[in-house]
Amino acid sequence: MTTNDGNPRPWRDSILPWLTGAAMTAAIVMVFLVVPDEREQGVVQRIFYFHVAAAWLAFAGFALVAAASAWFLRTGSEAADRLAQACAEVGLLFTTLVLVTGPIWARPIWGTWWTWDPRLTMTVVLWTIYAAYLMLGRLSAGDDTTRRYAAVLGIVGALNIPLLVLAVRLWRGIHPAVMINKDPEAGLKDPSMIWALLVANVAMALLFDWLVSLRMRLLRIDREIAGLDLEDERA
Amino acid sequence: MWAIARKDLAIERRTGEMLSSLFLLALLVILVFAFAVEPERLAGPEIAAGMLWATLLFSGTLALNRSFLIEREAGAWTALALLPVDRGSIYLGKMLANLVLLAFAAVVLLPVIAILLGTRGLEPAPATLAATLFLGVFGIAAIGTLCAAIASRSRAREVLMPLLAFPLLAPLLIAAARATSGALVGRGPAEIASWLAVLLGFDIIFATAGWLAFDWIIEE
Repeated sequence: MTTNDGNPRPWRDSILPWLTGAAMTAAIVMVFLVVPDEREQGVVQRIFYFHVAAAWLAFAGFALVAAASAWFLRTGSEAADRLAQACAEVGLLFTTLVLVTGPIWARPIWGTWWTWDPRLTMTVVLWTIYAAYLMLGRLSAGDDTTRRYAAVLGIVGALNIPLLVLAVRLWRGIHPAVMINKDPEAGLKDPSMIWALLVANVAMALLFDWLVSLRMRLLRIDREIAGLDLEDERA
Repeated sequence: MWAIARKDLAIERRTGEMLSSLFLLALLVILVFAFAVEPERLAGPEIAAGMLWATLLFSGTLALNRSFLIEREAGAWTALALLPVDRGSIYLGKMLANLVLLAFAAVVLLPVIAILLGTRGLEPAPATLAATLFLGVFGIAAIGTLCAAIASRSRAREVLMPLLAFPLLAPLLIAAARATSGALVGRGPAEIASWLAVLLGFDIIFATAGWLAFDWIIEE
């Protein structure tokens, strides 16, 4: 049994939380105090910096789930399996953030909370794929076989993404979609806007990293406790 | 592979368990929709196509959920793992048996839906329709067999299997429903080519994925 609690991990335990806090503060200051109001959308547009940053991180998280799953199937590495599990959890959280911040912006700008635009449709289906992935872990015994099954699902879920993108594009592309053209990215005229987006991205990336490392530690401790229980039963 | 498919189909022919529950459930899904929405609003080729795939999805996933139950309950899982064949063949055999069942269900359900919801405006193009149905049920069988295997060890497999399968089948459902509604009003394969391409791509990708994944699924 390997327990790392004896040797401190300075990056995760001391540096990363403070760095995340600092970056998040910087992002909030930039978004609310530095960046000018967008000309047409006004103050509502400021949610865009967090919305886009969360979306990028969520997609990166799901790519990591697939990569870590493949790594786990190849090598049987415990850490890869925990990485996949943690990335799916945090990725799902970030997708939820995307799905919450999106409608808040869409209501005043598009006049509706939700529309079946390809990107929105794809995001909500992705959310269900990874929610189901996490349900598999919840509803199965936490043994090696379940981990293998979850890894297979992690890869199959990622394989689904290109087809999903293609299908929803074709589907919603048939009807004239007025709203897609109102791409908020088209209007990043002020250089401070690009900086704010960058800072928000770094802050979100650090937050993602921190949350994933915390979840990975928790999963490790969970499994160690399960291992101890087994030893007790044998004794 | 052929032996597994033949064995599963022989069991089905003798018991008829899966097909009878599948049909009854499919009929109930149609009734539920008719009661929930005014039946008159469910007329027309687009709705008929959508209803066909919605019923196939609901009843098919529940029926396919049982495909590994026989092995799990009879303790034959280890025997499957010990078979001196490529693990992928086990997947292909299971998938083939499921494909036959689903194809049969689709062929019976389509006229039932057409009659119950009204046949006005339908001029089906038979070859296109057959191709669409085949590609669609192939995809459901490919994903359904894989998800049934993944869910088969869970204590809540009845719930888990549709949870896993439905989101993965989203692109297939979108493409199959559009292609079918096109074929029902007499459009040729060229007019719905992009949908057929999505279906074909889906089938190839996930049948291959399931075939490869079974190396890790059956390993105990």
